[in-house]
Amino acid sequence: MSSDFDDLYREIILDHYRSPRNRGELESPPAHRVEGFNPLCGDEVVVSLLVEDGKLSDLKIGGSGCSISQSSASLMSSAVKGKPLDEVLQLIHTFKGMMSIHEAHLGKDGEAAEPEVIDLDELGELAALQGVVKFPVRIKCATLSWNALAQGLDEVAAEAS
Amino acid sequence: MTAATPLNVEALRKDFPLLTRTVHDRPIVYLDSASSALQPHAVINAMADYYATTHANVHRGVYATAEESTYLFEKTRLVVGRFIGAPEPEHEIVFTKNTTESLNLVAHTWARANLGPNDRILLTEMEHHSNIVPWLMLAEEVGLEVRYIPVEGGGRLDLSDLPSLIDGVKLVGLSAMSNVLGTITPVAEITAVAHDAGAVVVVDGAQLVPHAPVAVTALGADFLAFSAHKMMGPTGLGVLWARRALLDAMPPFMGGGGMILDVKLDSFRAAPPPARFEAGTPPIAEAVGLSAAVDYLSDIGMDRIRAHEFALTNHALARLDEKLGSDCRIFGPPAGDDRGGVISLAYRDIHAHDLAQVLDQFGVCVRPGHHCAKPLMRKLGVQATARASLSLFSDEHDIEVLIEGLVEAGRLFG
Repeated sequence: MSSDFDDLYREIILDHYRSPRNRGELESPPAHRVEGFNPLCGDEVVVSLLVEDGKLSDLKIGGSGCSISQSSASLMSSAVKGKPLDEVLQLIHTFKGMMSIHEAHLGKDGEAAEPEVIDLDELGELAALQGVVKFPVRIKCATLSWNALAQGLDEVAAEAS
Repeated sequence: MTAATPLNVEALRKDFPLLTRTVHDRPIVYLDSASSALQPHAVINAMADYYATTHANVHRGVYATAEESTYLFEKTRLVVGRFIGAPEPEHEIVFTKNTTESLNLVAHTWARANLGPNDRILLTEMEHHSNIVPWLMLAEEVGLEVRYIPVEGGGRLDLSDLPSLIDGVKLVGLSAMSNVLGTITPVAEITAVAHDAGAVVVVDGAQLVPHAPVAVTALGADFLAFSAHKMMGPTGLGVLWARRALLDAMPPFMGGGGMILDVKLDSFRAAPPPARFEAGTPPIAEAVGLSAAVDYLSDIGMDRIRAHEFALTNHALARLDEKLGSDCRIFGPPAGDDRGGVISLAYRDIHAHDLAQVLDQFGVCVRPGHHCAKPLMRKLGVQATARASLSLFSDEHDIEVLIEGLVEAGRLFG
């Protein structure tokens, strides 16, 4: 197995795949329910989230898919549950930054903008997913639940305003 | 199967430069020809030679290279037409972008001109999205009723209700071979029923045409769509064969240069087929490549290719069962004359993406996912499968490496 492969399937990722955290659905309403689809592989994720007093007070993950999409959803749920919304939004931003292919990776010296420096400490266990970026097709697996969460928070904010 | 001289696979493999590369320090094991085939030197060289010595636009200039380009482009029509037994290749072969565009062409032209509100069309549950979505789009637009021939548990079409399903149907769309199950469908039988009911038949030949002898006269169908890149030709070129009388009566598809007889400020007259359906500069080098691909396949012999892939499919199904047993679920019919070399499988409960990622470490190229056939996947009760598909250069060693990779995936995710 190549080192890239071992970076993709870190032990912590396999652990979250085998024993996913925060599985299930919250009663909706009051919780908000968002579905995410990966049209490439048919993976589906259902994120139910409950926002109270400026906090993401609870969330659950449903759906099914590959080890990357499921472990990413599980790791996400552990990282954001109970956090203030501004921290959650910042984490989404940081995570998606880690998952994007920057122009610098194209090897055009001198022209490409420097990629945003990602603070891996800020990501904690989520940093285990950074190996995914070397497998561009699978980035969509890793970001599936994050996009659903971001969409859900947008919808909750729109409803509240 | 009739006895055909076996292929010398070891020698044929040398025709494919991509088979010499390694992936993760292992020789590549290409089992994804149902998605896109590899190209032999003959095709790559023909296209490079064309660009280096001949290229000019077709049907326009009168200088030497323009005449040569036009000749090579039009010759491909005859080569492809003969390959599928078309009675009048020069009129009946239309070049498109791919199978998808060929099917959309029929939906946009014949179907729009001939179908109206409450008309019925009949598809099958095992169609690729390209033979479902264009019809659903048309159904939304004009108000069609879309029916489906069901797929039975063994992965074959269930024709028991065909006599009632066909009632009032004006168009039947079906795949000649499933890109998920490998099922080779009884096109001639269904076409006979459809014609008795007054329906035209559109056949998706993307999977069958590259892997078995196909004669449009034997199929009996009215339209046949397929792609160059699945038959060892280049990407960007598809084919639509249709009966001449149907093409003659069809309105144009896209408008532009090359498809007209005359244009005035307020009107135009369309050219006769096939030019009527080929607006704009066509894929000329790709047509040159397709000619070379058809010559390559014909020189080997489609009956021999089919016999090789038939035998290897049977071997693969037996080996997978022998080594992996009930851990490995194979979709589609058992080994037999109505099964092509497409093997969709599930291994334990490991997601197809994870299987394919582990297989990649062994150099094995398979396709994970829903294979653009989500209605069929729902029917099968799975989200995704891993699909290994065979080619004339596939051999028993490829199957052993596939099994080795599956076992390792089981160890990692088990």
